[in-house]
Amino acid sequence: MTSPVTDTTNTAARGAVEVRMEGLSRRYGPVVALDGLDLTVQPGELVTLLGPSGCGKTTTLRLLAGLEDADAGQITVGGADVTRLPASKRDMGMVFQAYSLFPHMTVQQNVAFGLRLRRVGSAQRDRRAMEMLELVGLVTQADRYPHQISGGQQQRVALARALAIEPQVLLLDEPLSALDAKVRAQLRDQIRRIQLEVGITTLFVTHDQEEALAISDRVGVMQEGRIEQLAPPTEVYSRPATPFVAEFVGLSNRLPGTVSGSTVTVRGRDLPLVDAATPAGPVTALVRPEAVTLATDSSGDSGPLTGTVIASTFLGATSRVTVDLGDITILAQLSTADAAGLPAGSRVSLTIRPDPVLVSAADAPAESEA
Amino acid sequence: MAAVTSVGEAPLAAPARPPRGMQAGRRRRLNAFRYVVFTFFTLFFLLPLLALLRFSLEGNTLGTWSIAAWKEIASYPGPPPLLSAVEITLELAVLTSVVTLVLLVPTMIWIRLRVQWISRAFEFLCLLPLTIPAIVLVVGLAPVYNKIRHFELSALMLFWAYVILALPYAYRALAAGLNAIDVKTLSEAARSLGAHWFTVMFRVIAPNMRQAILNALLLSAALALGEFTIAYTLLYVNLQVEMYSISRNTPNASVIFSTSLAALVFAFLLLLIISYAGRRRRRGMR
Amino acid sequence: MAATATAPAGARPVRAGRRLRLPAWIGTTPFLAYVGIFLLLPTGIVVVNAFRGPSGALKLGSLGTLFESTDRGFFINSFELCLISSALGAVLGAILAYAIATGNPDGTVRRLYIAVSGVLAQFGGVTLAFAFVVTIGPVGLLFHASWFYAFPWGIAVIYSYFQVPLMVLVFLPAIDGLKVQWREASESLGSSAWQYWRYVGGPLLWPAFAGAALLLFANALSAFATIVAWENQIAYIVPQQIYLSINSEVGLSNVNEADVLALGMIILVAVIMTGYALLQRRAARWLR
Repeated sequence: MTSPVTDTTNTAARGAVEVRMEGLSRRYGPVVALDGLDLTVQPGELVTLLGPSGCGKTTTLRLLAGLEDADAGQITVGGADVTRLPASKRDMGMVFQAYSLFPHMTVQQNVAFGLRLRRVGSAQRDRRAMEMLELVGLVTQADRYPHQISGGQQQRVALARALAIEPQVLLLDEPLSALDAKVRAQLRDQIRRIQLEVGITTLFVTHDQEEALAISDRVGVMQEGRIEQLAPPTEVYSRPATPFVAEFVGLSNRLPGTVSGSTVTVRGRDLPLVDAATPAGPVTALVRPEAVTLATDSSGDSGPLTGTVIASTFLGATSRVTVDLGDITILAQLSTADAAGLPAGSRVSLTIRPDPVLVSAADAPAESEA
Repeated sequence: MAAVTSVGEAPLAAPARPPRGMQAGRRRRLNAFRYVVFTFFTLFFLLPLLALLRFSLEGNTLGTWSIAAWKEIASYPGPPPLLSAVEITLELAVLTSVVTLVLLVPTMIWIRLRVQWISRAFEFLCLLPLTIPAIVLVVGLAPVYNKIRHFELSALMLFWAYVILALPYAYRALAAGLNAIDVKTLSEAARSLGAHWFTVMFRVIAPNMRQAILNALLLSAALALGEFTIAYTLLYVNLQVEMYSISRNTPNASVIFSTSLAALVFAFLLLLIISYAGRRRRRGMR
Repeated sequence: MAATATAPAGARPVRAGRRLRLPAWIGTTPFLAYVGIFLLLPTGIVVVNAFRGPSGALKLGSLGTLFESTDRGFFINSFELCLISSALGAVLGAILAYAIATGNPDGTVRRLYIAVSGVLAQFGGVTLAFAFVVTIGPVGLLFHASWFYAFPWGIAVIYSYFQVPLMVLVFLPAIDGLKVQWREASESLGSSAWQYWRYVGGPLLWPAFAGAALLLFANALSAFATIVAWENQIAYIVPQQIYLSINSEVGLSNVNEADVLALGMIILVAVIMTGYALLQRRAARWLR
């Protein structure tokens, strides 16, 4: 669902702004949350910060929002330096993870709140609030109170409220984490659709990689206060820059291999390398389960790429099959129809698709788990 | 009725994430405000207590010092009305708190487990004493106590009324404790393993309410230690009544100050200990 | 167990060796009995006796005597004292509660103040009067403030010694219930601190505050010990008058007047507590 950022007609017309963060640092006592972080969000772009708890993604968002002060660094929005500005003056819309709607106000009053603060007349306020409610599809709930609507609806109201003030930047702090899986999928698509329609520069924070991959123009994978890779979703997935990214985003099989020249030899097959300059020697190759294909093996051989199916996990459209190759186990991802033909105990032979492979330092010999 | 902060209770909104900061300017202003507020209230609450302390250490003539008043807590010259009053009141405190617990704990657990439909009415009854001031209760109790007086029993008979007075506080403390544990699941698990109701109540639920039970115990005891109205009106003698009559007869008897202060500090230390005991428990369970 | 004779319809077969089944609510009888004798019975006695004349006959106009000048004076005094002390206690207590709530939820300061409040909220009475006598009385530690003995101001300040802690205990949960997200959302939408309190924080806390203030009022209404120990035999407020009516030094105790006054107090406090309960329900819905 990504839209090329190079389409500037919509964004230019809306006056979307660039957000630039340079050298941001923040510590809480002895804990360093951010260490000299640099990030630039292009006008109209949706960048997602993805990472485990404590990686600094929420801290970055809060520094941008002005809810906390950075220890060092600079934040520029649309060319203006906002580092010293308090949150109330930064003209940003923020959607929180949960509980942020004011319980004593109706949905409409919530959405209109920002306008009321700006002394917009009540007729105009109501009109604008209704516009926003239409955008998120909740016009019928305008007179309800937050405790009377569902979690997903509450977050849509929060989005409407944030957009009502026509902010320069939209910030979303794990807005879907507190919702059920089904609602989560629907809502994230809706958020992305609205974001494209309005054309607003957006920073999204989540720990759910599926979300990040589905809606972002670029994904920034973070760990321990640093961005490990900042790139469009397809690149982050298929050409991970570091082992952490490879393992955090999607699954990886860890297979021992040997590098020589510009390929790595894994179980007798030569695979191209992501980084051609990798020094020769023993390594661990990270192979995606979907790069592994299985076929029934009736030849009775026992080569390095033949094994027995141990189990398969049904995931809906696809299934993940665990294969025992004697010395290690490997995960393969197949369509469920294919997996059905390979019940536990079948002898199979494997092929590994020759996608470029990332390698990391060799594991200790005893460890060979995927 | 709504929750009241009990000693040792966790605050309602416990943050689940790492500590979040606040904007620096706001934090500074907030800290200045808190500093001023705490200084003011510490002085406000401390000064009268310090005055009590000072006067409890007063000698026979004004301006001198003597710790006689504190020694007197242990032994009062001549017939010791104060000592016997202290004794009676301590006994009342124990009696009140024990009876309150015996009355409330099994009943509340039983209701929570088996008779939920009664809990609204039960809550109403427990909180009713808040609505009936002690002085009003005593008007209605007088006829009942007149009959009891017929048998010339001691001031210990006051405990019947004290338990009623303690009901709202003990109920709230125990209810908070019951709310903090999943009574239904625990009892179903125990029953599925073969426990009878008695076992469930006293070996499964009650031990998990230790904090709340301690709280209730302390609140009931504190109530008995500080009670004046009912004892005074029904012409019994307890600690507060005795101190009052001493103050009427010998207004500068420092022993009343030392006794008051001792009782206060005693109750305060107990509450503080409970508060810290609560914290360690929670850490362990996390 | 084969039945050799047809059991009559509706009869429950008694299983050999089993105890008789009792309904579960039997377990609450000890409690009900206790409360019945020592709470409901006295209250009933008060209510019934209030409507009886001295001879024992029914006299329905009793409540009317409450509006006569003597009794009315006591109620007005009570009302004055309670108003001042609960207003004072509510405002000061709210400020203190806010200071506590904005600190470390696990910190020493919070624990200390809650423990202190727990003790002081209960421990008014005679001790309190003594403490204030030696602080600002004739030989007091501080200055001698003779205006303190004028009703109702001095005693109202003394009342705040236990009203403020009670306010802290009752109001603190409400402030804890103010979610930080509301403040942050409000600020990111552009509000100043003042605007936040005016549109969000204030309205949300208002029911809890009003409820707590009502509770303080009821609490002051019932207070007896402190004023007895403070004032020299002069009866100002209703509780004192009730005491005098029961234990009159004149000789014949006028129990009937005590009953009437007591009934008046019950009604007053019942109304206040109903208001409190209603306000608390609203507050609980938002701030839980």
